[in-house]
Amino acid sequence: MAKQICYEDVEVGSEVTPLPKIATTRMLVQWAGASGDFNPLHYEEDFAKAMGVGAPIVHGALKRAWLGQLMTDWIGEEGKLKKLSCQYRGMDYPRKMKTMEEPGDGETWWCKGKVTKKYEEGGEHLVECEIWVENGKGDRTTPGSAVAALPARKQK
Amino acid sequence: MANGSLITDEMRELIGKTLDTIVFKVEEGAIQRYAQAIGDPNPLFNDPDYASKTKYGRLIAPPGFTGWPTKAGRPTEKLFAFLVKAGAPSRILDGGIEFEFVEPIGAGDVLTATSKISKVSERETKLGKTMFTTAEVTYVNQKGNVVLRSWATIIQF
Repeated sequence: MAKQICYEDVEVGSEVTPLPKIATTRMLVQWAGASGDFNPLHYEEDFAKAMGVGAPIVHGALKRAWLGQLMTDWIGEEGKLKKLSCQYRGMDYPRKMKTMEEPGDGETWWCKGKVTKKYEEGGEHLVECEIWVENGKGDRTTPGSAVAALPARKQK
Repeated sequence: MANGSLITDEMRELIGKTLDTIVFKVEEGAIQRYAQAIGDPNPLFNDPDYASKTKYGRLIAPPGFTGWPTKAGRPTEKLFAFLVKAGAPSRILDGGIEFEFVEPIGAGDVLTATSKISKVSERETKLGKTMFTTAEVTYVNQKGNVVLRSWATIIQF
């Protein structure tokens, strides 16, 4: 695991370590099974067209879960995620598979964030972050925010 | 009520009432499959031996996982049915969600989720006349502690 980040290591404007993700049709099938969301909007071409989104789209909740990983990776095992929210603003379309395991060509999504506030409250050292998923064109399809408690170094 | 409002008195009467209660069992294998589907290799979510030696003492759930099937909207499905029955539009979109994580959720937990509608509003959007409903879910574990609260936005048009 990466080195534990501490409250003193971050400032307003600090970057949350970016996390790349590639959504594939295979990943959407796996997500459907693991989450229990079997809405055909996410795997059935004709249904997705009839619903007006053109083609099967990436589950909003999967993008939300990526943002969860963005935060838990960054705050480490000693950090505590307190709040996370996001809005499903833009549609994302998965890459098709080239082989059983390998995705075809297409865009890569990046989960990103930056610290907007740091403060102490109730004995905890808190950081507030603006977080988002951006697609290959750089559009923020899933903007959100998070609050986490970070460990502090020992007092002098 | 304004003329042509999507929000009926019947819907207003639903606000704040507990409309659904679901019990979730949080299973180890379900946590692992969920973490794998995210593509998250964090050993706290994947490796029971590793996790048992941490302060958590057991495999813990990635943020937002509450047992299978966990899709964030599940405890709100019944709320949606209540709204449609009360005259709300039946075309639906998932607008987003807010979580407040109070205590860790881990393998072996049994969660009771109670759902209510906490807010209903409407405005004109590019979809036409659109209704926004906040569905609030509170998850309590087997010890009686609140572990998670969520607020999902249901968009109907």
